[in-house]
Formats: sequence, C-alpha cells, structure tokens
Amino acid sequence: MRVTNPGLPRWMYVPASVGAAFVVLPLIAMAVRVDWTHFWPLITSSSSQAALLLSLRTATASTVLCLLLGVPMALTLAHGTGALTRLLRPMVLLPLVLPPVVGGIALLYAFGRLGLLGQYLDAAGMRIAFTTTAVVLAQTFVSLPFLVIALEGAARTSGSDYDVVAATLGARPSVVWWRVSLPLLTPGLISGSVLAFARSLGEFGATLTFAGSREGVTRTLPLEVYLQRESDPDAAVALSILLVALAAVVVLSLGARRLTGWSGR
Amino acid sequence: MADLQLAAKVADRGLDLEFSVAGGEVLAILGPNGAGKSSAAHIVAGLLRPDSGTVRVGGRTLTDIAANIQLAPHQRRVGLLLQDPLLFPHLTAVENVAFGPRARGVGRRGSIDIAMRWLNDVGLSDVAQLRPAQLSGGQAQRVAIARALAAEPDVLLIDEPLAGVDIAVATAIRGALRRVATAQGRSTVLITHDLLDVITLADNVLVLESGTVAEFGPVADVLTSPRSQFGARVAGVNLVRGILVGRGVLRSPSGTLWHGTMSEDLESGQPAVAVFLPTAVAVYRELPHGSPRNITQAIVAEVADAGGIVRVRGGEQPGGGAGLAADITAAAAADLRLASGDEVWLSVKATEVTLHPTSRSAVD
Repeated sequence: MRVTNPGLPRWMYVPASVGAAFVVLPLIAMAVRVDWTHFWPLITSSSSQAALLLSLRTATASTVLCLLLGVPMALTLAHGTGALTRLLRPMVLLPLVLPPVVGGIALLYAFGRLGLLGQYLDAAGMRIAFTTTAVVLAQTFVSLPFLVIALEGAARTSGSDYDVVAATLGARPSVVWWRVSLPLLTPGLISGSVLAFARSLGEFGATLTFAGSREGVTRTLPLEVYLQRESDPDAAVALSILLVALAAVVVLSLGARRLTGWSGR
Repeated sequence: MADLQLAAKVADRGLDLEFSVAGGEVLAILGPNGAGKSSAAHIVAGLLRPDSGTVRVGGRTLTDIAANIQLAPHQRRVGLLLQDPLLFPHLTAVENVAFGPRARGVGRRGSIDIAMRWLNDVGLSDVAQLRPAQLSGGQAQRVAIARALAAEPDVLLIDEPLAGVDIAVATAIRGALRRVATAQGRSTVLITHDLLDVITLADNVLVLESGTVAEFGPVADVLTSPRSQFGARVAGVNLVRGILVGRGVLRSPSGTLWHGTMSEDLESGQPAVAVFLPTAVAVYRELPHGSPRNITQAIVAEVADAGGIVRVRGGEQPGGGAGLAADITAAAAADLRLASGDEVWLSVKATEVTLHPTSRSAVD
C-alpha cells in the first residue's frame, strides 16, 4: 500500500524545475569549462596555495571567534525576554542582510587607523586594517549571525526543563551548564559552526574593503579567484571548482549531522 | 526522618496554602486543573518564590520570605518527578541515574555503582547501557524514578507521574514508586487527579480548590466521605483495608473476607484495599439466601435522600475506616424502611470489587 497525499498542483513543478536548473546549471557550466589536464598545477601554484591556506586559516580562526562570542550571545538572546533583548536581536542579525561591502566600510570606520576604536589601537601600536587580523574580523562580522541564529533556535527548543531537573538532582548551575545544557546544544553548535565556517570561507566584499588584497596576508581564495579571472581565467575556474568542492563537503556534513541528531549511536 | 512543612501565599495565583508531611509519609494533593497543585510543588522545589511564607524540611529552612531566605533548587535536596521523564538524551540510563551522585561529589566509579543499585531496585538493570530514545515510556519513567531517588532527596515531589500512560505500564510504575518512594524516612508529595494513585500510594490526601485547602485527612476518610466538592466528584468510593490472604481474597482487621479481582499480581500477606462503588452495594434486612461472596453486617448510621437515590451509610468499620455506603433506589429504601441504628446486611458481588495494593496495612 502506498500513502497518497493530495499532492501539489502540477503546474508548480514547472517553476520548481526552472529554479533547480537555475542553481545547478551555472555549476555545470563551470565544471565543463575546467581545463582538467592542467587542473592540478593550476590549483597548486604558489599564489593559489597561499590563498587556500590563508582561507582555511582565517575561516578556522573566525569560526573559533564566532563560537567564543556567539554561544553566550545566542544563550542570552534565547533566555532573555526583556525589551533590551527584543531590541538587540535584530541588531545582532543585521550583518545577515547587510551588503558585505557596507560591512567592510563599517569595520574600517571602527577598527581602521582613524576609526572610532582604531585610533586608540593605533596609538597603542596595534594595526588591524589590511592585516590578516582584519580578514578574520571581517569574516567573523558576517558569519556571527549564522551561528547565533542556529544556536538560539536549538537553545529555545531544548528548553530549560532539563536544566530544572538537573538542578533538583543537586547540580550547581555551572555543572548543569557543562553536563546538560552544553551537550544538548551540541547539534545546534555543530550546524552553527559549519554554517559560520562556510560563510567565512566565501567572504569577499567585507574582506576586500577592510583588509585589501595582499598576497599571503589578506588575499583569500575568493579574492584570488576574482583577481585571476582577469589574468588567467583557467586558474580562476579551477579555484572556483575547489571552493565549490569545499562548500559541498561542508553542506553534506551538515546534512548528515542533522539527520542523525540524538537518535542514539 | 525529614518532615516537610509549608505555608505560602502567592497573590497573583490566588494561592494560600499550609500543609505538612511527616517523614516516611506520602501526601496526595488532589484538585481540579488550575487549583494550584503544581504551584505548590514549585514552591517546595524552589522554582517559584512565594510572596510570603516558609518551607522547612527537617531542621532546614528552604524558604523564609520574611528572613529573605530562598535556597536555590540545587541546594534544597528536593527531588522532582514529572509526567515527562526528562531523561538527559545524551546520557545512557545508568549515566542518567548516576547524575545525582556525581553532582553530589561521588567519583565516577562510585556513582555508577550507586546508579546500578537503583536501576536494580526499579527492575531495570538490563537496560543500563541504553539511551533514553531506546527505552519504552514505562522504562524511561522508572529510570527517572531511580534517578530522582539516587540523588537522595529529603523530599520527593511527584507531579502527575502516570497521566497519559497505559494501564499495564502505570501498574508497573506504581509498583516501583510504592517500593522505593518512602524509604529512608523521606516525605513525598504526590500531585495527581487519579484515585488509584491516591489509594495505592498515599497516606493522607489534601484537596486543593482555588488555591486553598478544601479538605485534608487520611486517605480512607477523604475518599469514602469527602466533604469538598471536588473530593465528592472524584471519590465517594467504599474502601476496606486489610491483608491479602489468597488469590483475590482480602481479610479486613475484623476478620471479614472480601473477594474481588486483583488489579495486579499480588502475593498473600501484602497490605491491600478493596475498592467498590456504593451503587454496587445491596442492602438486606435478613441474611440473603444464595450467600453472595461478600456479605457483612452493619449498623445504619445515616440515611440520606439525594434525588431519587438513597445513600445508606453504615457505622464505622471495626478496626477503623469510614462506614460503607450503599446507594439504593428510593423504592427499595421505602420497602426496607431503614432508620439509623437498624441492623442490616450489606452485600457486594465479587466482580464489583477490585483489590489494590497499598503501601502499608491498616493494622500497623
């Protein structure tokens, strides 16, 4: 026996297929254009390697930063009910909808040499703009909301009932946090950091504006792709495929994780 | 022994409550939805701060609003069992039970040993290594019981533990609760709307209506002759306490034998109670022929007409316990011409009587 649902109106499959083709076709077109015979030398050239390593390093650093800042933020938002929380939530999520270039300019006016905070940092001998640190900050700025959203949802659904039970069993608040709250948040934590990592890996606009494009220092993989597009389109395509592959790995691992959840070993 | 004493007011919930539970006793709190049953539990657990009042357990003060004392939930030694077992999904059954001992500072090895003993007590040592998602609903609830008790609380709060559980599972869970809940002089508060919970687990009943105590007393008194509205609606049953002397046979303190169906597998010698409705009781002037299985003599204490149905109540049972009640038609009552002080025979078919286990016998 098969369960038959009322089903969708047939015409809906037409725009749906067009949409799917719209997403997949460009990727196929790019894959077709790859010069596979020179693929390996193209992605292992010194500039490509430098960009790839820098991307992985900075995306990892910004993901760690997102976790350190984002977890407390998400929990505060999830537990808060006051007017301040209601005001704060859209502010925190703003970078999600902000054009990254605008984010880069904003960062420049905050942490640049003449920036609001930057002038004091500069006086103290700390330069941030156009350094690798700037890359990490730009990536953190755009990725943080992804982690906060994913985690806040998880924190809300896991609820405080488990925390209450743990407390009645005699566990101090910090014990409750380490042994109950945090483990229950793990799925949200993983999907949040995967999303943040993927977003950091692809960051372009804010990085270019706030950190510039210095090889080995601030020129991440997306910037390298954009640069090579002018001089060496084959290299640009090869690097693009590399980015697509990285993104695919990230998305697939996230999907698998979501499916397993806590349903046991 | 840890007596629980509570006196608390919560203005915006209309709660004004005072009760105490002696160590080793189970107090059932009955009441309609919204009467404040759960609020009372939350005050004891420290999840709700009353506007005024005190909560004391043994010699310890958990809440004293006047003195600005309000211990945090983890400092109270008050265990909480809810309808949802709320086992930690990332820990195995035995790790769940070991959580309390661990939080108390027992080492990993030692806390696992303690947890295994408790799992054994609720008959679940074979599922120790399973995760909550792999347990049945009844197993999960029993693991939750073991977990609550392994934390060695002075007070155990049980809030609607069997709501929405099927009958066979409920019986197993009641059995586990009866065996372990009152051990070590712990006082227990059982919040429920199920008469069976009260009959099989509780010593005293408190009926809560609109945030205040409508009725309080021993289970047998409140259930057989309820004085509150809610009590009358849920209760009004006949109870005969005694000891099981064979399959489906209970002997009351006066020596009368009561035949009935057993609600679960029970052994001889176990304290139990026979439960039947007043409508199942027939009243005779003379010893009836054909000797029905359950027959007992009584002196009529009260005859009351309640709109076509006449409630005949016998005098107090020998050995304690409220008098048996019989509901008969007005016509039958007219034929019998009953008055207080008359000697009558009360008979009940064995199929109308259910025998339930209780935590202690009426004769102790």
